[in-house]
Amino acid sequence: MERVYLDNNATTMVDPQVSALMKEYETEKYGNPNSLHSYGMEVRQPMEKALDQLYKGLGASDEDNIIINGCATEGNNTVLKYYLFDQILKKGDKKSVIVSSVEHPSVFNTAKYLEKMGARVIFLPVNVDGIVTLDILKEYLNPEETALVSVMWANNETGLIFPVKEMAGYCRSVGVPFHTDAVQAIGKIPVDLQESPVDYLTFSAHKFHGPKGIGGLYVRKGMPIGPLLHGGEQMGNLRAGTVNVPGFIGMGLAMDLAVSQLDRELTQVRALRDRLEDAMARLPDVSILGKRELRTPNTILASFKGVEGEALAWELNKFGVAVSTGSACASESLETDHTLVAMNIDPSLSHTALRFSLSRFTRDEEISYVIEVLGKAVERLRKISIDY
Amino acid sequence: MAKKDLIGGKLWETYSNNVIERMNNPTYFGEISPEEADAENRRLIVADWGAESCGDAVRLFWLVDTKSDTILKARFKTFGCGTAIASSDVMAELCMGKTVDEALKITNLDVEKALRDTEDQAAIPPQKMHCSVMAYDVIKKAASLYKGVEMEDPEEEEIVCECARVSLKTVKDVIRINDLKSVEEITRYTKAGAFCGSCIRPGGHEKRKYYLEDILAEVRAEMDREKIKSIGSLETFEEMSPIAQYKAIEEIFAEKIKPILHRDGGDVEVMDIKKEGEETIIFIRYLGGCATCAAAGTGTLSMIDKVLKETAGPRVTARMI
Repeated sequence: MERVYLDNNATTMVDPQVSALMKEYETEKYGNPNSLHSYGMEVRQPMEKALDQLYKGLGASDEDNIIINGCATEGNNTVLKYYLFDQILKKGDKKSVIVSSVEHPSVFNTAKYLEKMGARVIFLPVNVDGIVTLDILKEYLNPEETALVSVMWANNETGLIFPVKEMAGYCRSVGVPFHTDAVQAIGKIPVDLQESPVDYLTFSAHKFHGPKGIGGLYVRKGMPIGPLLHGGEQMGNLRAGTVNVPGFIGMGLAMDLAVSQLDRELTQVRALRDRLEDAMARLPDVSILGKRELRTPNTILASFKGVEGEALAWELNKFGVAVSTGSACASESLETDHTLVAMNIDPSLSHTALRFSLSRFTRDEEISYVIEVLGKAVERLRKISIDY
Repeated sequence: MAKKDLIGGKLWETYSNNVIERMNNPTYFGEISPEEADAENRRLIVADWGAESCGDAVRLFWLVDTKSDTILKARFKTFGCGTAIASSDVMAELCMGKTVDEALKITNLDVEKALRDTEDQAAIPPQKMHCSVMAYDVIKKAASLYKGVEMEDPEEEEIVCECARVSLKTVKDVIRINDLKSVEEITRYTKAGAFCGSCIRPGGHEKRKYYLEDILAEVRAEMDREKIKSIGSLETFEEMSPIAQYKAIEEIFAEKIKPILHRDGGDVEVMDIKKEGEETIIFIRYLGGCATCAAAGTGTLSMIDKVLKETAGPRVTARMI
C-alpha cells in the first residue's frame, strides 16, 4: 500500500469528474462572466447550472441568496463582521454575539476580534458529550441582547453533530438570527434548509471533493447581509472580485455528487469507519472521543494512552498513512486545540488525540492496512514510553 | 512575518536528518535493571522529569561507577513527540563516559547542537526547544539523586507556569543560557506561558506570584549589570562604544561611589566622558552635601579617581566640571 489518506476533515481529493469539468474552464472557456462577448457568454450558462446544483443540494429556495466566495472562512467573517459593523456598532441595541466554544478558528478567532472591537461575545460551553444542546443555548440567549447566534453544524475535530435544526428553530421563535458553519456537515449528513430554519450557512467546496479556494454563504430571504470585500458588482454587489469560474462550476458538480452519494456516506463510509474504530477499541488503553451515534459517519478522534499524538502521526506517516493530531506539540504555538480544552477532557488525552477522517473514496483494503500498521506503530511507541 | 512564514505546516521539514534518524531508531531507549547495578561500586539512578499531562515526560536511567563518579551507561524512556525522543536519545549518549559533574554541564544547547546536521543549521524549530530543555532538567534531577542532595534551590520549587510545570530556576536559566530577549522565546524554549497564559503578565484568569515579563526584565537587568562588571580591564573599556562606556561608568558610580557619598548626605553625577590623548576623562558634578564640602575637590575626588582606575582602568581619570 503506497499511501492512505485519512485526513478528509482537513481537505479532500477533488472528484475526478469535477476536475475534468473544471479543466474546460481554465484553458478553453476562460472568459470573465461579466464580459459581454462570447467568452463571457459561454461561461454564464454553466454557472447558472452550478448555482442550480448548489440551491438544490442545500434545499435553498430561489428567493434565498447563495453568495459564492473564496472559502468558508470568508463566509464566516462576512456574517460575523456584518453583524459587528452594521448591527452592533451602528445601532447598538443588541450588543452580544453567541458562538460555541468549540468553533473552528474561522468563527472562534473572528468572534475574539468582535470582542476586541466592542461586542460582547458569549462562548457556549459543551455538555459531557461534547455537544452544545438547545438547553445550553436557551440558558445563555437573551433576545433583548443577542444580535446573532453562530453554532457549527458538525465539529471538525470530533465529528460531533450539533442539534442545529432545534437551535435554529428556537432562535427563529425568539427573533434572533442564526448562523451555522456547515463545512463539516455537507456531504456527510443531510443538510436541508427547507427543514432547518437557519438564516446563514457557510460551506467550502474542498471539504466535499470540490476544489480549494471556493465556497459559499447561504443567506435566507429577507435576512440582512453586506459585503466583506468591497469593489465590483459581482454576486449582486455582495461579494466583489472576479468570480473563480472553474472553481464555481466545479463546486456545483461536487455538491451534486456529494448529495447524490450521501447514502453511500451514511452506509459504506460509516461501515468502514466503524470497522476501523472497532479495531482501535480492541487495542489496549484506547479511548474514542464522542459517542459514535452523535458523530459524522467519517470521523474518529482517538487517544492512545502513553503515545503522544505527533509521535504517532509521524509513525503512521512513515507507513504512508495520513492523519492529523490536535496535540499541542504539533502546533506552531504549542497550544492545545481549544476544542479539546472546551470539552474538558483529561489533559493527557489532549496530547494523545489523533483524528482519522474517511471519505467516500476510502477503500476497504486501505482500512485493513491502517488497522495493521496502527497496531505496530502504537506498540513501538509504547515500548519507548514511560510506564507502558 | 516574511516570505518564509507565509506557508505554514512546515514542522516536520524543519527537523534535521539526525533528529529524524533518532526519532525513527533511537539507540539508547530502554531501561537499566536493578540487577545490572547489583555489583560492587555500581549504582542505578532513575530520574523522572515532566508529566504526561504536560505533553512531555522523560525517565533517565544511569549506571554510575561510584568510585570515579563516571556514568557507565545511560538509557531513557519518554512520553513525548518525536523530537523529545530524539533529544532524549542524544542526551543519554552525551551522558555516557562523563562524570556526574561533567554531565551536569550538559545544556539544552549542547543537546540541540549534537542533533544538527551542519554547524549552522538548527536541528529543530525554536518551539520544539523545550524537549531539549527537558533533557537538561532531568540530568540535574539525576545528579541530585546521585549526590543525595535535594534540589534544594528554592527557585527550583517555585513554579512559575503551573500548566507546563516550569520552575523559576528553569525560566531564569533558559534566559541566561540562551540569551533570550522576549517572553515568546521563553515560551518556545520552556512551554511556560503556552497554555492558559496566566503567568505571562497580570490579568490572566489566575493570579500568580511571578510573571514571565517581570522575570525576563529582572534577569536581563542582572545580565546587563554583570556584563558591565566583567569589563574591568583597560583594553576592554577603551574598546567599548561611548554608550557602553557611559553605562559602565554609571554602574561603577552606582555600585561603588554613590553609596559612600550618600552616607554623608552627598551625591554626584556623571556629566560627560571625553578622550584626551591616551586618557579618558570622566567629568563629574557634585550634588547635595558634596557640592558645598571643602574636601570634595581633594580627598573625595581622589577616592573617586582611585575607584575608577581600579575598575575601568589606569588611564581613566575623574575631573570636576
